Amino acid sequence: MSTPMGFGRMHRKEDARFIRGRGNYVDDVNLPGMLHGAILRSPHAHARIVSVDTSAALAHPKVRAVITGETLAGLNLAWMPTLSADTQAVLATDKVRFQGQEVAFVVAEDRYSARDALELIDVEYEALDSVIDAKKSLDEDAPLIRDDHEGRADNKIFDWEAGDRAATDALFERAEVTVAQDMLYPRVHPAPLETCGAVADFDKVTGKLTVWCPTQAPHAHRTLYALVAGLPEHKIRVISPDIGGGFGNKVGIYPGYVCAIVGSIVTGKPVKWMEDRSENLMSTSFARDYHMRGEVAATRDGKIQAIRVKVLADHGAFNGTAQPTKFPAGFFGVFTGSYDLQAAHCEVTGVYTNKAPGGVAYACSFRITEAVYLVERMIDVLALELGVDAAELRMKNLLRSEQFPYTSPTGWEYDSGDYQKTLQLAMDMAGYDALRREQAEKRERGELMGIGLSFFTEAVGAGPRKHMDILGLGMADGAELRVHPTGKAVLRVSCQSQGQGHETTFAQIVAAELGISPDDVDVVHGDTDQTPFGLGTYGSRSTPVSGAAAAMVSRKVRERARQVASAMLEASPEDLEWTVSESGGSWTVSGTGVGKTIQEIALAAHSNLELPDGVEGHLDATCVYNPPNLTYPFGAYICVVDVDPGTGQVKVRRFIAVDDCGVRINPMIVEGQVHGGLADGVGMALMQLMAFDEDGNHLGASFMDYLLPTAMECPSWELGETVTPSPHHPIGAKGVGESATVGSPPAVVNAVLDALRPYGVRHADMPLTPAAVWRAIQGNPIRTDLAIT
Amino acid sequence: MHDITLYVNGIPREVSVPARRLLSDCLRHDLGLTGTHVGCEHGVCGACTVLLDGEPVRSCLTFAVTVAGREITTVEGLATDGRPSPVQRAFAECHGLQCGFCTPGFLCTTTAFLRENPAPTEEEVLEGISGNLCRCTGYQNIIKSVHRAAELLAEEPT
Amino acid sequence: MQVPASFEFERAESVEHALELLERYGPEARLVAGGHSLIPMMKLRLAQPDALIDINGLAELSHLKVTGDTLVIGALVRHAALLADEAVGAYFPIFHEAERVIADPVVRNRGTVGGSLCQADPSEDLSAAFAAVRAEAVIAGPGGRRTVPIREFHVGPYETVVGPGEMLIELRVRIRPGAGSAYEKVERRVGDWPVAAAGAYLRLDGGVIAEVGLGLTAVGAEHFAAPFAEAYLIGKTAGEAVLREGARIAADGCAPQADQRGPVDYKRHLAGELTYRALSRAAERSGS
Repeated sequence: MSTPMGFGRMHRKEDARFIRGRGNYVDDVNLPGMLHGAILRSPHAHARIVSVDTSAALAHPKVRAVITGETLAGLNLAWMPTLSADTQAVLATDKVRFQGQEVAFVVAEDRYSARDALELIDVEYEALDSVIDAKKSLDEDAPLIRDDHEGRADNKIFDWEAGDRAATDALFERAEVTVAQDMLYPRVHPAPLETCGAVADFDKVTGKLTVWCPTQAPHAHRTLYALVAGLPEHKIRVISPDIGGGFGNKVGIYPGYVCAIVGSIVTGKPVKWMEDRSENLMSTSFARDYHMRGEVAATRDGKIQAIRVKVLADHGAFNGTAQPTKFPAGFFGVFTGSYDLQAAHCEVTGVYTNKAPGGVAYACSFRITEAVYLVERMIDVLALELGVDAAELRMKNLLRSEQFPYTSPTGWEYDSGDYQKTLQLAMDMAGYDALRREQAEKRERGELMGIGLSFFTEAVGAGPRKHMDILGLGMADGAELRVHPTGKAVLRVSCQSQGQGHETTFAQIVAAELGISPDDVDVVHGDTDQTPFGLGTYGSRSTPVSGAAAAMVSRKVRERARQVASAMLEASPEDLEWTVSESGGSWTVSGTGVGKTIQEIALAAHSNLELPDGVEGHLDATCVYNPPNLTYPFGAYICVVDVDPGTGQVKVRRFIAVDDCGVRINPMIVEGQVHGGLADGVGMALMQLMAFDEDGNHLGASFMDYLLPTAMECPSWELGETVTPSPHHPIGAKGVGESATVGSPPAVVNAVLDALRPYGVRHADMPLTPAAVWRAIQGNPIRTDLAIT
Repeated sequence: MHDITLYVNGIPREVSVPARRLLSDCLRHDLGLTGTHVGCEHGVCGACTVLLDGEPVRSCLTFAVTVAGREITTVEGLATDGRPSPVQRAFAECHGLQCGFCTPGFLCTTTAFLRENPAPTEEEVLEGISGNLCRCTGYQNIIKSVHRAAELLAEEPT
Repeated sequence: MQVPASFEFERAESVEHALELLERYGPEARLVAGGHSLIPMMKLRLAQPDALIDINGLAELSHLKVTGDTLVIGALVRHAALLADEAVGAYFPIFHEAERVIADPVVRNRGTVGGSLCQADPSEDLSAAFAAVRAEAVIAGPGGRRTVPIREFHVGPYETVVGPGEMLIELRVRIRPGAGSAYEKVERRVGDWPVAAAGAYLRLDGGVIAEVGLGLTAVGAEHFAAPFAEAYLIGKTAGEAVLREGARIAADGCAPQADQRGPVDYKRHLAGELTYRALSRAAERSGS
């Protein structure tokens, strides 16, 4: 594979260190005198704290400090703001509100002693009744979880709606056909392979706080620490080194980070806190947990007219979802999907329960996973009701390309799309008609085979300042580009790779604009001292926002280069044209072969060359990109499964995925992103679940219980592409990081339910474990979110 | 405390450790070899996989004292004279990694696997790597990497 | 943070030495071989032994061989070794089929047959496989060696008859020519504990069931066996109806508990379905 001068397949620059085991992850950070923290966690889901006795722990010879909620309360840090403008306890003071909640923080000389010291802290609890079932959270007699909120009388967080209720209800009333279906998107967890943690180093002499942390949004963290802890922001440095997977798990500030910072301030030494897997699964940002009821109104001949949705959203004990301020249910408003509807309406009620906080994580694109699951399941439910083929029903109702830019009934402006082409390609790749014939034959023999579709549209790349902010911080990203005298470039970006390959793809963006090799572009990210402000990487926003910033800043540099070239060539800038040949980019006098390469221009820009008035020397530029709109990647997925009716086991035989993410910077990386997300779909559809028993005990706190797919559960992914550029993005790219995670679960679920059609199964909730499938076949489905009794 | 010698990547390393010192912690923190990663601490994810006398094992479920005197190979020991091994090169060539956290475990597992089975079938590869989890790649390119590594190993004399 | 509490550590040089150390350190001492059951529990501090006695170096427990008409499996034989052994695969495909679905290839390099049986997890696959073939366990203690039929070895969840000062030495399985065996397991994902699993060992004589052993795990079958089903099957011609009825009786004799792997009705159904499938395949493999 040769290195393209711009877009195309190329090997990743970051791999050199990873294959040698020379990545630098937070737990690899080792500072002189570094101490180690450990968190004592609540065994109860809901309990009053009667007393906390740390004397024995403090007496341990290796313990340097023990911090409790009381200690933090004295510093006004026992509570911290969340990304949803709620508050979350850093260390519990009055009550514990979920099993695994942080109660005390020990700082010791070594990790093992810190763990030993946890046993020496004596906490007396008074157990309280807990709210585990979200459906019971608003009952009259439900225990009040957030009694720390003055005047609060119940466990409701918010009511939110979108769309036109009256128009929608009217259509339902008149409709020839209506279908309704309750469905659960269960609580799951992103479980990146690297857990969360931090090394905090507060230097008493300089007053500088440095925090190493695998955060997907280092600048947002820095600003929040400044606001919350009252530390001057220019004295805070957040360094996100290599991150072992983020997937939305590493967006928020966790209590452990704050404790590590306080620990460092109190002891005067660097403090490292790394959580273990159980802590990660029990206490960090979970995803989903949406109880949904979908309804579709349609004509008898299959034209969908309206969709209506009611959602009960379980947010856990604190509302910690990362959401743009005006969107408490994220972008769930895209539940109208990829279809041409006349009206739509949704209501979302968010509630507290005695479980860990979170909700927005795991590549959900701010709740778009939930919205897509809802609409794609409803299409299949409607197809079943009408007795029509699920692909045909979709094809009939998909938006047509002439309708773009399209404003959905809930107000979203889809930028571009050519949906039918994408769906047709997926069907052709799958051999759809042949599959249906095979299915018919197998059904005669009593063999269960299923074909499931999913057509999804995402809204990513948050987002325009006027609509979106997180805690008041606008979602615009900065970029800085410097071209050195010898023509090598350094790009500094605010977004933060967790494996997406930014060091390569962003170099390719600059390379494409400047006509230099990506090997000559270094991409700097992750250190707030070294990079411009931006809101980080999640919601597939890196390419749409920071990628655009990289392109725009490169164009500024290219324009500066034109000015310098015009001085070099003594020609007017308007007479120069930009040309890119095999050897690179140059500004050439139109109609002649005379020009200057970007490298020559770079040297000249730093030299004694006289430049006209108003033209600054050097070859640097900065920019801040405020996206005019979100971008709308889409795709068509088809899943083929075989089910063993005697055991309920599901085998995923094939998975065809056609993605349209606009222009692709590096197809190899795009494909890798899609592969990863498809595995998520298999996992969520068939095995992943954070379950609780009725006492609030967390039943998924290890990888023995929270099951993740291995290579053996995944089929060969068959990938296709269509390219419909985004009209408003500088390089026409749309972002793809979460597409497959969003689009795949409904394809797998639809496939399994399609396989069970002979048994008259209309719906069964994820995860479709063998037990769940068998019970569905028996006509007695399992409620999957609570422990099976 | 126990004074033990571990032969790590061909070099005798002496450490003084309590009996409860896990091999993963010993490698990472006592010996500074941070290439071996810890992902779950209960032996499921495979990120901590190293080679013990050439056989892949979970270093997070091994006490250092139980492997005193044995040969341990970590990801840092796979390259020869600074040149990445065929397995390492295959992974980079086939985009068999994204965040890199599971990678050292896969490299160790694959190195041992191909030694035992230099020309594996597709199914044998799937089974061979079934003890290593990856959250980023969806496995497809890892499988490609293993096959490519087999090719490179066959082409190159040891 | 998963770090065990402190403990004393000794390396055993021989079986005798191991027994001596067990005596010296008392009932709070544990033997460690592969450690893949014990160490996770220690890291969660669910197990906090005062002392660990490392028996990994005991070559005298690693034998795996056929002696006369008996397959002898040393307690320290690693799962991977049992899976790789050709003789084991030839005489007892049930062991290979069970091993293939135990954990994953890397864990199998360290975990031992003895360790798994002594851990006595109610969902242990090998417990069912050994019960099906009616193995014998040889236990060494201060008073010498004793032999216990495997169906008396497990007395409850995580409980065996191996006393505090004793250790498991080997498993002995009688080879019956013409017998066939098979193992069936349903798991939520590769490497998981079974939702239910069944092993069958069968010898047909002119199509009639002359010998049969049924082992079930994860479904609360006492001693991992199904004696009533076995009694029914003996002497009958091995046709579908007979095998189905035998499987039904086996399922009836289980006491599955509901948990995240499945509800009671499903597990009971699986016990029957998998017993039937194991019996069918074992019958196919049986010589006559």
